[in-house]
Amino acid sequence: MMGHWMVAPVVLPAFLAPLIVLWMRFDLRTQRVFSVAGMVALLVLSIVLAVSATQNPPEVYRLGNWEAPFGIVLVLDRLSALMLVLTASLGLAVVLYAIGSGWDKRGWHFHSLMQFQMMGVNGAFLTGDAFNLFVFFEVLLIASYGLMIHGGGEKRLKAGVQYVVYNLAGSTLFLFALGTIYAVTGTLNMADLAQKVAQMSPGDTALLRVGAVLLMLVFAVKAALVPFQFWLPATYTNAPGPVAALFAIMTKVGVYAIVRIYTLIFPADGITGGLAGEVLLPAALVSLVIGMVGVLGARDMGRLVAYSVIGSVGTMMLAFSQFDQAATGAGLYYMIHSTLAAAALFLIADLVKERRGADGLAIRPAPKMINHGLLSGMFFAAAIAMAGMPPLSGFLGKLMILDALRGEWLVWAAILITSLIAIVGFGRAGSEVFWKSYAAEGETPEGPKDASSPGLAFTAAGGLLAGLVAMTVLAGPLSGWLQGTAAQLHAPQAYISAVMDGAYERAMEAERAYYEKKGYGSDHGAEPHVALEAEVQEEAADTGHDTGYDTGHDTGASAPAAAH
Amino acid sequence: MEALVASAIGVMTAAGIYLILRMRTFPVVLGMAMLSYAVNIFLFATGRLAVNLPPILDHAGAETAGYTDPIPQALVLTAIVISFGMTAVVVMLSLGAFVEAGNDRIDLDEEEADQ
Repeated sequence: MMGHWMVAPVVLPAFLAPLIVLWMRFDLRTQRVFSVAGMVALLVLSIVLAVSATQNPPEVYRLGNWEAPFGIVLVLDRLSALMLVLTASLGLAVVLYAIGSGWDKRGWHFHSLMQFQMMGVNGAFLTGDAFNLFVFFEVLLIASYGLMIHGGGEKRLKAGVQYVVYNLAGSTLFLFALGTIYAVTGTLNMADLAQKVAQMSPGDTALLRVGAVLLMLVFAVKAALVPFQFWLPATYTNAPGPVAALFAIMTKVGVYAIVRIYTLIFPADGITGGLAGEVLLPAALVSLVIGMVGVLGARDMGRLVAYSVIGSVGTMMLAFSQFDQAATGAGLYYMIHSTLAAAALFLIADLVKERRGADGLAIRPAPKMINHGLLSGMFFAAAIAMAGMPPLSGFLGKLMILDALRGEWLVWAAILITSLIAIVGFGRAGSEVFWKSYAAEGETPEGPKDASSPGLAFTAAGGLLAGLVAMTVLAGPLSGWLQGTAAQLHAPQAYISAVMDGAYERAMEAERAYYEKKGYGSDHGAEPHVALEAEVQEEAADTGHDTGYDTGHDTGASAPAAAH
Repeated sequence: MEALVASAIGVMTAAGIYLILRMRTFPVVLGMAMLSYAVNIFLFATGRLAVNLPPILDHAGAETAGYTDPIPQALVLTAIVISFGMTAVVVMLSLGAFVEAGNDRIDLDEEEADQ
């Protein structure tokens, strides 16, 4: 059991970020040391939490020791732990790259914004409260606004404005969705929502369905599912390279939220039926096609990678839209893979951009650059992984998804054909940028001027590729673990009882401790003890068993819990 | 009361959506502000509309006087703070983009056309 360590992935960056702004503002070296140390600590912490989550049922951390559903809870289960590990690994690679390439020198506060970003992302993965999820979304978004425009420049600022406005509209929609759901159920705690939604009568679910679909739209905006993908290409292309790589986890926050909410609160066998799957499947198919066609049609490498992110989100959502255990496990494997592959591609694209001078990332032949052979090899490996060719993990991921979706001929056709399109797209880009430059006339452009340590930058990008190789080699144990995670997701009762059960016993325990501390002896302390116990018992009986939606009240209160 | 609140939310949402679809940053920022006002009032209404009732549970008077749901008020407070901060960010960002680019167009099409 992890105790207070569970809240550390949120608290640690939350302390580190202001410390970096206030204390080390003018000393880049100290900032770098603390930023890297923070990321390493986060990674170690996440791995420890993941081990604990594997061995134990879901663990709950009650903030301020308020009982659910009245207080906010953090819940650590295998999926949350997996996302924490993924975030911390990516964060470490991005920070190392930013230091090595000198990106953190090109504007203010890169490292503190990174820490705030980590805080928001970790919080979103850990929280067990829907409104708290909104708050953490805002934390990670506001940090990402700062990171997006890091370094400045006309085009980046304009793309930043688009990104901010699009996400603000998404946040507004999020609030509308949460308001609708609260108006129907009277709670925002996810486990409590799951219980209340399950007990509603089918005739009362009209508004709830509206809320569920609105929520789906919000997460689709974050995950860049068609038709909400418009913000992604411009944002990722114009963001600084390391930031674009970090944003590979941002779309996964949306994917995570969809998986969490629609297995826990609105499961396919629940009151809203297969609503989520019916909406997700066509959206995922179209995302896949648009993404991979975009890969083929892109005229610069940044856009190419951005579209491949859309395509990969489509691929994993095809798996998740089935809402069965085998497909979810396969989707999780592909999600880890595509996060690492997309981040590696963004870092490689940035390395290329720094070395090609005026040609930038345009897909056209240009004179050879510094480190040409190494970069070609890295791009080759990352492109193979992203397109899903053997031997890397993209192939295994797609194979698992196809295997889990036997009989869905449309999905099979979509995945196989788009993979071919992606191979052609990546092949075209690679041969134009890397291969044809052997024939191109001209001087080798000057390398990056302000890079602190190119070796470190290459190490960071190579580390992500090494992660892909490790995923391939360890595919057996990893996918076994992920199937366990999927099984936990599709049996949400453990999650719900971890949050909701035992509130009464803990309240009595606290009561007892309070009176013992106040000095009531065993002989004359009996009276207040009994009175309070009776009162608490009465309330527990009321709140514990009356969880259905009470349509009769019109006194102004909608929360069944508050109504007593 | 209900009609007034409902139409206020509806009109502000409609105006907000119209404004965020404009091509220049100024109306878009106004539209975002409008939308956030609309959603704040909407959140208020999710706890049911009640006039002149305290947001606290009073055991003695609960049956007669009634009370209003305090949770939406807490949610609205959070939402106001966040949307205010976000509006400030988007204003600064649009100002930055305006100063850098010399125009306040919100699209990127011109730059992309000459790639």
